[in-house]
Amino acid sequence: MSLTTNLKALSEANGVSGDEGAVRKIILNAIRDHVDEVRVDTLGNVLAIKRARGKATRRVRVMLDAHMDEIGLMIVGANDDGTLQFRAVGGIDDRSLPGKVVLIGPDRIPGVIGTPPIHLAHGDDEVKKIEALAIDIGAAGKDAALGVVTIGQMATFNTRYRSLGTTVSGKAFDDRAGCAVLIELLRGPRLPVDLLAAFTVQEEVGGRGAHVAAYAFDPDAAIVIDATPANDLPPSIEQDVSPNTRLGHGPAVYVMTRSTVSDPRLVKHVIGIADRRGIPYQIRQPGGGGTDAGSIAPTRGGVPTVSISVPARYIHTPVSLINLNDVRHTIELVRESAARLTSTILRPA
Amino acid sequence: MDVNALLKKLSQTTGLSGYETKIRAEVLAEWGRFVDETRTDKVGNAVAVKRGYARKAHRKIMLASHMDEIGFMVAGFSHGFLRVSPIGGIDARVLPGQEVIVHSRQRDLPGIISSTPPHLLKPDDRSKVISLDQLWIDVGLAPAQVNRFVSIGDLVSIRRDVTELKNGLLAGKAFDNRASVAAVAVCLELLATIQHQWDVIAVATVQEETSALGAATSAFGIAPDAAIAIDVTYGVQYGSAGNEVFPLDKGPTIGIGPNMQPKMTQGLIEAAQRIKLDHQIEPMAGSSGTDGWLIQVVREGIPTGVVGIPLRSMHTPVEVVSPRDVEQTGRLLAEFIGGLDEKFYESLTE
Repeated sequence: MSLTTNLKALSEANGVSGDEGAVRKIILNAIRDHVDEVRVDTLGNVLAIKRARGKATRRVRVMLDAHMDEIGLMIVGANDDGTLQFRAVGGIDDRSLPGKVVLIGPDRIPGVIGTPPIHLAHGDDEVKKIEALAIDIGAAGKDAALGVVTIGQMATFNTRYRSLGTTVSGKAFDDRAGCAVLIELLRGPRLPVDLLAAFTVQEEVGGRGAHVAAYAFDPDAAIVIDATPANDLPPSIEQDVSPNTRLGHGPAVYVMTRSTVSDPRLVKHVIGIADRRGIPYQIRQPGGGGTDAGSIAPTRGGVPTVSISVPARYIHTPVSLINLNDVRHTIELVRESAARLTSTILRPA
Repeated sequence: MDVNALLKKLSQTTGLSGYETKIRAEVLAEWGRFVDETRTDKVGNAVAVKRGYARKAHRKIMLASHMDEIGFMVAGFSHGFLRVSPIGGIDARVLPGQEVIVHSRQRDLPGIISSTPPHLLKPDDRSKVISLDQLWIDVGLAPAQVNRFVSIGDLVSIRRDVTELKNGLLAGKAFDNRASVAAVAVCLELLATIQHQWDVIAVATVQEETSALGAATSAFGIAPDAAIAIDVTYGVQYGSAGNEVFPLDKGPTIGIGPNMQPKMTQGLIEAAQRIKLDHQIEPMAGSSGTDGWLIQVVREGIPTGVVGIPLRSMHTPVEVVSPRDVEQTGRLLAEFIGGLDEKFYESLTE
C-alpha cells in the first residue's frame, strides 16, 4: 500500500463529521499490523499506539492527531416534488454547491444539486442560499424520495481522486492528507518516542473527537497534522492577515490560530529540525482557523501542542488540490520532530 | 436501440462550438446505421440522408439538432493559472469547484475551476456571484510546465460523467442538445419500419450555442421543403416557476408561435394524437432560441416546426433528462414524417 494508494482510498471514502465509519475501516486495515495496540473509542476515534524502540523506562509519549471527518451535507427533509432539502455540516461556501453531483448515505445514492437555468434568471443572478437549493435524486415525490434516502443521512461530493503530475486533486484532503501522513508514520520504523496516534472524529464541527482522544492518551506533547488552506492564486492578496501558505513550499507550521497558540518550545523544535535536515517548511500566517489543537491543548492539565499542515487549495469545496512533495515532507518533518522530542525540550522554560 | 447508452456516449463526448470533430464522428456512426448516406458539409455539420419512396416530386424534410456544447477557451495566464473566455452561454454560478479538461495541443490536462475556501472569505463575499473573468483554472502544474503545455486558444471542457438517478433519469453535461441528437437517432431507426414519401435529411448542426452558423448554412445547402428543429426546453424543477417550464416524462413539447409554420405545429400535434403520445404545447412568443429561428428565414423561407425535450438545470454540468422523453420525441418525429404527402406540402402555402 503506497502513500498515493492510501490517499486515493481515503479521499474517495465518504466520512462527514459524525459518520466516519468508511474512513475508519480503511485506516484500521492500513495500520493494524504496524502498531502495538489499536482500539476504537465510543465517539469513533481510532486510537493506536506504536511504542518506542529500545527499553528506556520513561519515554516521551507523543500524540499524533489527524482528523478523519470531512465537511459535507446532511439531508434534513424532502420537498413535495421529490427533491431533498439539505444543510451544511462544517463550513461550506454556498456558491460551490450548484451544478455538483453528490452521493448520499451508506448506499451512495447519486443526486444532483440543480439550478433553474440562467436563461430564466431574468437578471436575478443572486447567490442562492443553501436553504433555497435542493438535491434531485430523480424521485417522483416526497414519499418516494424518503423511501430511498432517510432524513439525517450525510452526503458528499462525488469527486474522484486524480493525478495531475506532482499534484493530485480530490475531495476531503482536509484532512485525509493528514490521515495518509499519519498512516505512513505508523507503518514506518519505531522511533525513540512512544507514538500515540489519534485518527479523530468531528473536527469540522468543533474538535470533539480530539478532546476525548487527548484525555485518553494523556500525552507529554501533541502534534496535529491537518490541511490548511493554500492562498497562492494570483494576484497576491493585499492585506496579508489570512492564511498564506503555498503549494510546493513544504509543510505549514502553525504558530497561532483563532483557538490556540502553538507551544513555543515545540515550534522552535520543529523548525530547528526542518532547518537542520533541509526539510522545506512555511510558517502559517497567524490568525483565524483552527485544528484539533484547540481541543487537545487544554486537556487535563494541558498538553503542549503544535499543528503541522499540508497546504491544500480549495479545501471545503467539492475538489481540493495538494502537492505530493508537501505530503512527503510533512511525513518527514513530523517523524523527525516526534523522534527527537525529549523531556528536556518540554521542560518549562 | 439502447437510448440510455446512446445518451451517455453522446453526453460524454467532447464537442465545443466550432470544434465538433469528435462528436461528429459519434453522430455519423450512430445515425449512419439507419440511413442511405452520410456526409460532412463545408462548415462541419453532420448530414444523414434517408430516402423516401416517392418517385416523382422529391420532397425533403430537414431535422436539425445541434451537436455542439458550451465550454471555454484559454484566454490568458498568470503564475501558472489560466483565465478563460466562455464559448456559448456559460452560467458562472455553477463553476466554482467544477472539474474541467484542458485540451492542450500535447495532451488533455485535468483541471479545476478555482474557488475560495470559506476560511478565506469575507462575510459579504458569499453573496456575490463570481464572474468568469475572476475565476482561475488550476491544472496543478508549475508555471514553466503550464507555459510549455498550454496555449492561448486551447479549449477547456467541463468534466462530468453521466449519473443515473432514480426513475431512469440521467444527469450530465451537454444533454443540451445531445438529447435531441439521440431523439433523431430513435426517429431514423423507426423510419426503417414506416413507409415515408419524403426524403429525410437529418443534420447535427455546429455552433448553435454561439451563432447558429450550422443551421443557416445547412438549410441553405439542403433547401428542404420543411424543417423541424429539435432542441431542449426548460424542465420543471425545484425552484422553477412560471409558464416557461415543462415537466419531465410528459412527452416532448411542440412549439407554437411566429417561429413555427402553423401547419407544421398542427401536423405535429395531429401526429402525436394519432399514436396517443403524451405531448405538451410550448408557446413561444418570439424567437424559439433554437436552430429553427434561423432556418425559417433561409432562402425564400422554410416552413419550420420546433420540438422540445424538457431538461432540468440547462447549461449546467448536471442537466437532467428523461430517456423516455427522448424516445417519445423520436416516435413523434417518425409519425409526423410518415404522414407527409403532397397534400401536406400544398397546405403549407394555402
